[in-house]
Amino acid sequence: MNGERSTGTERRPEGRRQEILARIREALRVAAPVPFSHGDAPGDRGGATGQGEDRQAGQARQARQTRDWLPAVEPTPTGMRAALAANLAGLKADLVEVADPAAWGAWLAKTAVAEGWSAVGAMRNEPLVAAAAGALGLPVVWADEPYDKAALEACAAGITRCDALVAQTGSVVVSTATGGGRVLSILPPHHIVVATAAEIVADLPAAFELLAGRYGGRWPGFVSFISGPSRTGDIERILVLGAHGPKKLTVVLAG
Amino acid sequence: MQATAKAFKEAARRMTADLRHRGLIQKALRGYELKRDEYRERFRDWGAARRAAARVKWEAVNHLDRYLAEFADRIGARGAQVFFAEDAAAARRYITDLVRRENVRTAIKSKSMTGEEIHLNEALAAAGVEVAESDLGEFIVQLRGEPPYHLVFPAMHLTRDEIAEVFRRKLGKPAAGASTEPEALTMVAREAMRQRYLAADLGISGVNFAVAETGMIAVTENEGNARLSTSLPRIHVALMGIEKIVPRLADLALLWPMLATAGAGQPITGYNTLYAGPRQPGEADGPEQLHVVVIDNGRTRLLADAEQRDALHCIRCGACLNVCPIFRNVGGHAYGTTYPGPVGSVITPHLRGLLAWRHLSFASSLCGACTAACPVGIDLHHHLLHNRRNATRAAANPFEKLLFAGFVLLMKSPALFRLAGRIGWLAQPFHQWIAGGPLDPLRAWTKARELPPVAPRSFSALWAEREAKEKKDQR
Repeated sequence: MNGERSTGTERRPEGRRQEILARIREALRVAAPVPFSHGDAPGDRGGATGQGEDRQAGQARQARQTRDWLPAVEPTPTGMRAALAANLAGLKADLVEVADPAAWGAWLAKTAVAEGWSAVGAMRNEPLVAAAAGALGLPVVWADEPYDKAALEACAAGITRCDALVAQTGSVVVSTATGGGRVLSILPPHHIVVATAAEIVADLPAAFELLAGRYGGRWPGFVSFISGPSRTGDIERILVLGAHGPKKLTVVLAG
Repeated sequence: MQATAKAFKEAARRMTADLRHRGLIQKALRGYELKRDEYRERFRDWGAARRAAARVKWEAVNHLDRYLAEFADRIGARGAQVFFAEDAAAARRYITDLVRRENVRTAIKSKSMTGEEIHLNEALAAAGVEVAESDLGEFIVQLRGEPPYHLVFPAMHLTRDEIAEVFRRKLGKPAAGASTEPEALTMVAREAMRQRYLAADLGISGVNFAVAETGMIAVTENEGNARLSTSLPRIHVALMGIEKIVPRLADLALLWPMLATAGAGQPITGYNTLYAGPRQPGEADGPEQLHVVVIDNGRTRLLADAEQRDALHCIRCGACLNVCPIFRNVGGHAYGTTYPGPVGSVITPHLRGLLAWRHLSFASSLCGACTAACPVGIDLHHHLLHNRRNATRAAANPFEKLLFAGFVLLMKSPALFRLAGRIGWLAQPFHQWIAGGPLDPLRAWTKARELPPVAPRSFSALWAEREAKEKKDQR
């Protein structure tokens, strides 16, 4: 790697942005055919991009169409709940159903004993979570304020809220705000999501609509769609849970 | 013959004869096929989803200047540094300057094929930074000093015993006689990696999709190693090719499940994470700095080829590798390229030179399984043909040229054609003595196949005879 030390005199913070964009424009002067433009098949008319229409109209149309192609979810509360349960099970995540958010604390207390927790990670800015975690009588690392990484690593569980639960995929959507930062939902070996039935959405398009509506122009730094516990198939393609992140994922669903 | 072609031929010959290797790959891929089919069936309309995914990537790639600028401006507004690198050296230089400036000692890397492409690990090591691969498969091949075998399954070619052996040698675990079950080996790696996440100054990731509309990078992974690598260290460097753009956030509702199903036989990948910037005001954790390195490195050459531009639609799922009869027999290392398999054979001549990599486009049965498997509808096997044509135009093989000139002559002259058939018939009994041997001019064909016998009388001779006979009978 000789000669790669920068000369220092011409440090460009953006690199060759203008040159590369110009090169791209030049390269695109000859148009490429639209894929599958010959031999249209049913469902292909209009395409996914619709040039010339405004972005919102395009988005709404695309969400509608995407629903026609993706795995089906019955868009009723019972249908969505059944799909969520089935998909969580398929991902080897646990689903616990409780009556209401007030019951989260009792379930956590019971589990803390059963699993022999010595410390937990939790979040302060969700009053119900903070109260339930505080009531465990264990050391708590509050991950949504400055914290010690090593202390969080030593926690047996991380307790978070979520933005949404996606019935179609069994995904838990967390962001900086609902997930207590970026690390709480990935570092401790057991990730517990306390959620309510109102947070279930039918499918991925609905989840993106919800996020766009909630955050609009002010996106958090981090949003993650978590589907099951951490997993790997890198050794002989055999599934192992808890590769680097949580070995267990539990959704405690109220209502 | 080019050295690259010679090396490929040699490796391909060796690997196709390795029955153990072939058995291992077939077994791994059979499991994948079952799962892929199961989850593809759950789509209401996979065909329509495929066409739509192709349109999404077409839209992005064919308006790349606009979307790339939009992406860079939006993520930049949230405090990310976006650096445009014209080639691998510029990308490496930016990152090595950064690690010197920031006094980085250790880095943790989650899987990035672009990182392999620019040989980042070597550059960082030369800059005095210790880099650990955190993806389990990458970690294993890093310990063995090998490049990844497959885009998605880097250690697919190894058995648990081989992995246990390298762990024992490099990590001192598992103890002799201890379990070599995949579960136990995974826990050895987990333990080895945990403290490195906490200690690393720098986390490096790839990018699966870059969203223009919202200025976000999306990273897809199963293990959680990318999430840890991008959250715990104080600096996050994300590497992406210019083609990773998608126009809208909602496009991921389609591309995420398709990537998982086509590539790994999963309904959805374990973690699909969006990063909108470094730690934002009021956030408690996450890196202080995010650097997005946008890399051209030959991609604009491919972009300028309108005929093959759709090769830039590739989302690196690996589906075309999994179904390719060539890949399944020669394996991922024989190609000698960063990107193996059909898509690698298509794009490598553009990225690294047509004449040095043309041979890969000839190593194909043109069966079209790759094209059928591609979730974004890239016309892969026709692009292999395009590469063959372009290579022949650029530098024809003089022997082939002569051969085809002779063929044209033969086809144009009935008398010559008849004469050749006659000579063939007369010469064939003698050919048997040398068939397949070093003296045989047809050796390329006959060493593994039998030459069909030349008919004693040609079709036109038989036809003329029949006509004559019919005429006689009529009379």
